[in-house]
Amino acid sequence: MHKAEQWVAFQTIVAKEIRRYLRIWPQTLLPPAITMTLYFVIFGNLIGSRVGEMGGFDYMQYIVPGLIMMSVIQNSYGNVVSSFFSTKFQHSIEEMLVSPMSNTVILLGFVAGGVSRGILTGLIVTSLSLFFTDLSVQHIGLTILVVVLTAMMFSIAGLINAIFANKFDDVTIVPTFILTPLTYLGGVFYSIDMLPEFWRGLSMANPILYMVNAFRYGVLGVSDVDVYVSLAMIAGFTIAGFALALWLLNRGVGIRS
Amino acid sequence: MSALVIKNLTKTYKNGVQALKGVSFSVEKGDFFALLGPNGAGKSTTIGIISSLVNKTSGEVQILGKDLDTERSEAKRRVGVVPQEFNFNQFEKVFDILIAQAGYYGIPAKLAAERTEFYLRRLGLWEKRNSSARMLSGGMKRRLMIARALVHEPELLILDEPTAGVDIELRRSMWEFLQEINQRGITIILTTHYLEEAETLCRRIAIIDQGNIVENTDMKSLLETLQVETFVLDIESPLEKAPFIEGVDVRLKDNRTLEVDVPKAAPLNDVFTALAKHDISVMSMRNKANRLEELFMRLVERSLPGDNNHA
Repeated sequence: MHKAEQWVAFQTIVAKEIRRYLRIWPQTLLPPAITMTLYFVIFGNLIGSRVGEMGGFDYMQYIVPGLIMMSVIQNSYGNVVSSFFSTKFQHSIEEMLVSPMSNTVILLGFVAGGVSRGILTGLIVTSLSLFFTDLSVQHIGLTILVVVLTAMMFSIAGLINAIFANKFDDVTIVPTFILTPLTYLGGVFYSIDMLPEFWRGLSMANPILYMVNAFRYGVLGVSDVDVYVSLAMIAGFTIAGFALALWLLNRGVGIRS
Repeated sequence: MSALVIKNLTKTYKNGVQALKGVSFSVEKGDFFALLGPNGAGKSTTIGIISSLVNKTSGEVQILGKDLDTERSEAKRRVGVVPQEFNFNQFEKVFDILIAQAGYYGIPAKLAAERTEFYLRRLGLWEKRNSSARMLSGGMKRRLMIARALVHEPELLILDEPTAGVDIELRRSMWEFLQEINQRGITIILTTHYLEEAETLCRRIAIIDQGNIVENTDMKSLLETLQVETFVLDIESPLEKAPFIEGVDVRLKDNRTLEVDVPKAAPLNDVFTALAKHDISVMSMRNKANRLEELFMRLVERSLPGDNNHA
């Protein structure tokens, strides 16, 4: 397949993915908007006003980057895991498998779809946060890089989850029992400096902590961890995840008998 | 050039079922080819491997001279597949399904839209273009899959039971359509349970049973091997026992129905003359079974029924 044809195939998957989540916006875009608004109201306004400052910022400002990141992570992951599993479940993935497009294009197409939903949700949540606090982004380039890489990483993770999923329950296990706890314990609502040493050390093993803090550094200019270590970790996980996902697709795991 | 060459194709599934045990056959360009076999014989596995949905264990597949292992992309772009089961997103619009399929083959948007309109109109689905696929009838869904398989204009079209569950009128119109595109030069491989369909449409035939090709010949030669044809005769007056006619096996099915096995070389007139001598008047007559069906049963009955249900 020529490069121009591969590009058409890539665009086709991305357009299809975007059309899918826009068509079902009450399931995809509305819930994070409502959930995050509740977080802003309850944690930011009501409880936050009693918490006082954290990291040199008022509590609302401190948690906004973490909440934006949380929505990016959940939505990029959720988009790919549900979309890819649905194509498996309905066998419509065969439409792609019989075509001459490469597995790299299939992978990039789904990941781009997941990244686009992650970023769109992030923008919605950011816009909503402006009703509650002021945000002035300190390092715009870094902020965009962290969001895009994180969305890529979790889109790839969602695809790997979908490859192994055999039933709808398998699609919800990882987000419920792994992703959500790691996100909540990843420094979204607090600085790990507040934790006892043991728990602080344990938190350092949580990859989401690095993403939340790298993003917070980009927006507020403060972070609990070295931002370059964070970037290296996100990039490393993304590259490793991409290689693993491509290997699984090439082997036909979960999609070819 | 051959449209398809398969050499020593084997497939053993993870559960140990050996679905294909060294299948070899070729299909010439422009042919209308039937691949027949009982359930679990290996038809769908063979088609799955050709269409890259099933990983082969060993063997070679060449599609219009392109090796499926070494020139995968070039081989795949030449094939269109109509699977047995509906495999499109039921919530997508008919038009979008074809546009997306064209996109997967790298066809630019304008050309994809033109071809989509052409094939949807040709298969009588244009009025349904904005309907979600789940709203279509069973026959329409089958036609949608044919349109989808043709949108990238393949040189080889593979249809796995395309008329299963389709009413007679629609089946006939699909036959006409398939004959038309075959005359335009598209090679067609068909699997079907309707042997009349294979006999009507196909010029060559391969019969697969328990993972092996048990027959591979042209339809005419195969039908010529049929030495005896069985006719069912409805007679005017009731009989108590079957009459004796030399050289013809006659059986009484009930007191007004006879079954006669007539050797191919024997004129039917002789049978009627002999029946008339016994004062038997024949009111109507029909073939007991489709000719191909008799041959098919004979070929697959050579081997004992297996436990292979995986294809």
